Formats: sequence, structure tokens, C-alpha cells
Amino acid sequence: MDDMAALAKTSATEPAADRMLTLDDIEALAKGSWILGTGGGGDPYHNLLNMRRLYKDGYQVKLIDPMSLADDANVAVLSKMGAPLVGQERLPDPAMAVKSVRMMEDYVGRKFDAVMALEIGGGNGVHPMQVGALAGYPVVDADTMGRAYPEAQMTSVAVAELQCYPLTMADVRENEVVIPKAASWRWMERISRKVCTEMGSIAATCKAPRTGAEVKQHSIHYTVTKAISLGRTILEAKAKHSDPIEAVLRAGEGKLLFTGKITDVARRATEGFLRGKAEIEGLDGDAGKDMVVHFQNEFSVAYVGDEPVAMTPDLICVLDSVTGEGIGTDVIRFGQRVSVLALPAPSVFLTPAGINNVGPRAFGFDLDFKSVF
Amino acid sequence: MKRIGIDVGGTNTDAVLMDGEKVVAAVKTFTTEDVTGGVRTALKEVVAKAGDAATDVSAVMIGTTHYVNAVVQRRHVGRAAAIRVSLPASASLPPFCDWPEDLAGLVNGGVHLVHGGHEYDGRPVVPMDEAEIARTARQIRKDGITSVAISATFSPLTDECERRAEEILLNEHPDARVTLSSRLGRIGLLERENVALMNASLIDLADTITRSFVDAVAESGLDARLYITQNDGTVAAAEEARLFPVYSFASGPTNSMRGAALLAGIEDAMVCDVGGTTADVGCLINGFPREANNVVEVGGVRTLFRMPDLLSIGLGGGSIVASDPLTVGPRSVGHRLATEALVFGGTTTTCTDIAVAAGLLDLGDRSKVAGLDKRFIDAALARIHAMVGEAVDRMKSDATEVPLLAVGGGAVLIPDKVPGISEVVHVEHEAVANAVGAAIAQISGETDRIYRDMSREDAIEMARTEAVESAVRSGADPASIRVIEVEDLPLSYLPGIAIRTRVRVVGEAA
Repeated sequence: MDDMAALAKTSATEPAADRMLTLDDIEALAKGSWILGTGGGGDPYHNLLNMRRLYKDGYQVKLIDPMSLADDANVAVLSKMGAPLVGQERLPDPAMAVKSVRMMEDYVGRKFDAVMALEIGGGNGVHPMQVGALAGYPVVDADTMGRAYPEAQMTSVAVAELQCYPLTMADVRENEVVIPKAASWRWMERISRKVCTEMGSIAATCKAPRTGAEVKQHSIHYTVTKAISLGRTILEAKAKHSDPIEAVLRAGEGKLLFTGKITDVARRATEGFLRGKAEIEGLDGDAGKDMVVHFQNEFSVAYVGDEPVAMTPDLICVLDSVTGEGIGTDVIRFGQRVSVLALPAPSVFLTPAGINNVGPRAFGFDLDFKSVF
Repeated sequence: MKRIGIDVGGTNTDAVLMDGEKVVAAVKTFTTEDVTGGVRTALKEVVAKAGDAATDVSAVMIGTTHYVNAVVQRRHVGRAAAIRVSLPASASLPPFCDWPEDLAGLVNGGVHLVHGGHEYDGRPVVPMDEAEIARTARQIRKDGITSVAISATFSPLTDECERRAEEILLNEHPDARVTLSSRLGRIGLLERENVALMNASLIDLADTITRSFVDAVAESGLDARLYITQNDGTVAAAEEARLFPVYSFASGPTNSMRGAALLAGIEDAMVCDVGGTTADVGCLINGFPREANNVVEVGGVRTLFRMPDLLSIGLGGGSIVASDPLTVGPRSVGHRLATEALVFGGTTTTCTDIAVAAGLLDLGDRSKVAGLDKRFIDAALARIHAMVGEAVDRMKSDATEVPLLAVGGGAVLIPDKVPGISEVVHVEHEAVANAVGAAIAQISGETDRIYRDMSREDAIEMARTEAVESAVRSGADPASIRVIEVEDLPLSYLPGIAIRTRVRVVGEAA
């Protein structure tokens, strides 16, 4: 009784938006993150498996409202960096994620008050949950991309020109790297990418720590909740046997771009990325047309014939036409029947500074950004 | 060209003798506990029935759901030890970590993580610890485990660690039978390892079953080659198939769907195959089963197989029907239908009894079901029809009405009207569509090797040409050959341009 009373008292003093996530929430988060990952960020399945094991062992995650953070709170921004293909073979380990956080605490000499995701898309949307569970940090309901992107300067905090250093990187071997300073976000990207490639194109990273004030002003808010709700919509559509693609379009306020079958996939792991393109032969209403979707970890630009029909920062999602599941750039393959969707970009990326960092030219396409929406 | 196709299901063993695309003779017999008996009987009966036409049979093609049933029903699976060469990586998600607990409990014969494995670029993650593997091997021998699955990080790119681990293992434990994950799957450590473990758990069963097939064909006196049908509708020689039972997992449904397409002369339709224990619903596109897009679960275990996209429900001729409250399946009397069903003098009410009582089927002793309450019969039938309707609805991928091909021994359980279906098509020999599909199994050709110093396009084109040549050498009609799989992995760790390219083609027997 005493314990129960104490528990009730504690929760009464906390902001209403803070809540303990259930395993069902995490399951829905994994589904929703995979859609928002636009083919990259890695399939959240392995992170989800880690979370199932942690929940089974009694660990839990508390999700907190970004607006409840004290201005001087110290927040860790976490991700697993690398090529998604590598993540299929070198499986994520919560202990590695925690290691990157401890390295930063040791380097800066200050404990973190909370952790958050660098990107809500793909496995990285679930990645900080492992740290939240295993090491007991609250997880902030926010991220810095609202989706997944391959490079360090492609974040809301980089667009706002916040400080890009220091950064810590943990490897499964006894390799630990701290980058104390970099001249810019792009330099941070280049230097950390080289280290990541040497580590096997996979590393657990803790990015430049953020203050509570910075998170409140410059992160993208409530994306964990958004991903959970997107995931729930898909799970509910499946349970009711209704069209999951339609459900994603509705929940994500998206547009259907193309329906077809994968006829060719060319991909290569280079410089710590997975790059390539997928060719899709149109079916149904798109019969007779062909789409090519380019990717650098994530899908970046989609063409029908010579016409670019969708481009970053709009989200380009390739989903299994039957199940509505996201299909990653690392597992997309010949013969799959897919629906290609666009979802709206976070508004921070639609500014000139945003387009400069994440628009089509940032991915090597000489195109002026034109939104699907 | 004459062939005998045999389908060994959990309940029935069916056989057909076909001359080209024409069914000469068809029989349906019960599967026996020892399997051999049923196959021997089916072979004998189909040859007798064909009479003078049963000469010059060149091949016996057997499809079996035995292996997949073993996994699904958790019967006859053996213990297997897992050696994973991956440390210090991947430690939090060990082998069996995403298996259903009951199956893992039956199969898990020890999990051994050791140091080694490769990076995507061919560098070792850490040097492989050979002493650790030798210690592991001795432990596995001490545990009395003889089947072992070995996996290693990035083994599809380089199988060096898996092959070396196998050598060390066999040196310490000569009786061990080894399945290497690199032989069975692509990139995706957990799924590839899962398939290797399932294969290892079935290796003893595969020996027994294959031997019984070989014996049955030998005893039949036919001078015919024995083939086992595979997941993709092709065949493999019995000796090769024996080592890879997982490649036969989906051969039953593949055969029945291809058989249904041939018998009905319809290439685009839904198919419902009602067997003894389950009903499988799939979708035919251009005469071939629609494939599952992504991860396919077998008995609750994730794999990356290319398999027909199927929905299996626990509804078959042997499904047990209870009255209060009304339930149909998923438990089935299986091959004991011949003794346990009411119409065969048993005491268990099955779907077969309901069908006989409703006048849909003439089987066994009809008087034995005369006492069943009419309301119970109607309610059970309504339940069965609803189950079929719901399964068909779930598998349809678009709104237009298409035909439904009703096949399998329990095809009478499929209602005449199904929502979203233009017509329910029954055909002659529908009860043995799976055996027909086995008899018309296709011939494949495959190339999987490294091409150097050429563009990706040229490498794929060369691989395709080689795969076609290999299929033609095995007897495929060149005009019918089509590509079913193309996969390439750039190998950045080799000097110059190097691409591992795998192309698989299939064609009809010439």
C-alpha cells in the first residue's frame, strides 16, 4: 500500500504529458518509424527485439514533453550511424548505445537529464528507447529530422546553426572516438563518416549535447507520439483487413505517387552509405509507365520517365502494396509489389536554409525543389 | 513424356500419372505413419490404374508438406546447436531470440557465440578464435547434439569463417552434421541463421523421409529418376534435396496452385486448397503463385524465403468439429481420419462427417452420421463457409471479382458463393491438384558466382545466359524460360570491379 501511495504521489507531481510507454506503444513506434524512415534508418525490427527483451526483464521507458524540459537541462541526441545493410548483419546492441552516452558524460563531465532521437525514422526512432530503458533516462518526445536523413547537417539543429560538437562514437571493439571540435556540420559529417567507415560502417553515436532551451526552440516536437499514432493506424487497418496504404495516406496526410512492381535494384555500400536506385514497372493505373527511385540510405528523388515527381525534403516512402509495411533500401528487391507515397516535409526544411541542407542539390540532383503538396 | 507426381500431405498421399499435360490416372490414398507405406500404395495403385499407359515413366516427382508440418506442428523436429561467429558484435540478440518459445524449447540444443566474422568490405571484425570454436565443438559433442547450424557475420559475402568453423567442428566432433547459413540465405544474419537452424532441426527427418521415398520407388519396379519438388515450383534430385529440407517448405501449396491452374485452364484466380488439416488460400497471377513480398514466417519463425503468399487456416477434412460451443478446427485428426472419423467407424466428429451428413460427399458409411442434429450440421457448414469467405477476402489484393479455384480433398467444403468471387470453379481431378502440380514441376537453372572487371549490366546479362544454358542442359524448353531471381552484391574488398551475381531461371520440361 505504501509503495502504491508513493507511486501515485510521484505521478501526480509530473506534467500530464509525461507517460510510461507500454510495449504496445513501442511496437506501434517501430511500425510508424519504419514508414517515416523513407527506406533508411534501418529496419526497427532488431531494435524492437531488444526492446521486447528489455520490457520482459522489467525495464521501461518514460516519454517526456519537450516543453517540460528546464532551459538548462542536458539532453543527449542519439543515433546509430552507418549503412542500413550493415545493420542486417551486425545487430544493434543496447549496451553499445549506452556506451556512446557514457563516453559523452565522461568527456563533458556532466550527466544527461534526458535522451532523444537524432531521427525518428527507421531503427533510429527506437534506438534511444534502448538507452532510456537500459540506463533509465527519460526520452524526449521530439527529434531533429522528423524523418530519416543520411548526413549530420541534415537536421533542424544544423539548419538553426547550433554548435555541432563534441561527438562520441562507440564500436563493438575497444575503439572509442571523441571528436572534440569540428569547423561545421559538414566537417563533422565528413570526419565522423570516415571513422564510421573504419568501424565497419556502423557506430553508436552521441551527437552534440543540447540544452533544454535548444530542444524547445529548435527540435521537431512530438514526433515520437506521431510515429506511435501512425504505427497504430497501420496495425488497426491490418486488424480490420482494410487497405493499409489508404490508412498511411490518411494518417500521414500523404499522396499516392505510383503503384508497381520492382524490376531492378542497383545498390552499393560506399563511403559509409548505401547508395543506388530501384526501377519500378507500373501496375493498375500506372501500367505502361516506369518509375526510378534514387536513394542514399533513404529515398531521395523519384522520377517517372524524365520527370522528377517527388524529391527531398518531401518524404518518399516505398511500401509493400499488400501489407503496408515499409520497405528499406537495404531489402528492396526484384519482384516486390510496391506503392510509392509522398508525405509532407517538416516545415523547418522548407525554408531556404532547410532546402540548402536537405534539398535535392544536397543529394547531387540539379533540381529546384518542388513539393508534391 | 510421362511422369508420376506424388503429393505426400499430412492426411493424404495422392498420385497422378501424366502424359504431358494430360492426366492418365489419379489415385488418393492415406498417408501412413511410416510415409513409405503410403507412397508405395499410391505408386502401385496409380500404375495399376494407368494399365498399359504406365510404360516409359521417366520421372517420379514427389512433393511433401512433411517438413513444414513438422515445424508448424512441433513434431519430429530434432535438436540443433547454434554456433554463431559474430562476437563481439550482435551479442544482445542471440540465435533463437525471435523464435516462439515452444519451438525454441524443442529445437535449441545450445547457443554458442564465438569471436570472428567479417565486415561488409571483407575485413575480419576480429580474428576468428579457433580455440574457442574447438572448445565449443567439444561441448556440443558432450551435450550429445549431432546437428549444428553455423552462421557468421556477412557470410554471404565470404563464407571463410563458416567453412573454417565447420572444419574445426568436424575435427572435434566427426559425427556432427552441419548446415552452413551461407548455403541457405542472403544478407540478414538473424533470418539466415533461423533458416539454417530449421534446416539443422529437420536433417534427420529428411534422411528418413528421403530414404522412404527412394525405397518406395525402387520397390515399384519403375526405372524412373526421383525428384523432390521445391518452394519455387521446380525440382531437385533426391540426394541434393535431402540436405536442404527447408527448400521443400512451401512445395505443397505451390504444387496445388500450379496444378489448379493447369486443370482449370485459368491463369489468374484465387485458389483455395482444402486438405486434411489446413486450407491454404493463395492468388494465381499468370499461372504462378503470387509471392510474399517480404519476410515470411514459418511456424512463427522469420525467414527471407521466396514463398507463395499464402494464408493457412486450420480447416480441413480432418478438422475436429465440436458442438457446444460450436468450434471447427484448428485441431485435426490428420491421417487418423481413416479410423477416427464417424463415417469410418470412429468417435470423432470431423468436417468430413459434416460434409457426408450434408450430402456434399459420399465417403465411408453414411449411416454413421444419420444421428447428427440437422441444426448442428447447418451451423457447422455455415461456420466453415464463413471461414473460407474470410480467408479469401483477406488474400484478395484488389476489388475486382475473380474466379476461385476449389481444389484439394476437402474442396466440397468450399461454398458455391463467396463474396468478391465471380464463380467458384471445380475441376476434374481437383482432389489431386497438388500431385498434378508436382508432376508438371519446372526445371531450373542457376548461376551464382563472381564476375570481374565488367559493368553490372554485363555481369547480369552473362549470368542470365549461363543460367539459361544450365536450365536447358537440365531439360528445360528454351522458349519457356523466364528469370525469377536476380541478385547482385558488389564486392568492394576485391581489387578492380567484382560483383557477386546470382540469377535463377525456370522453364517447362521440353
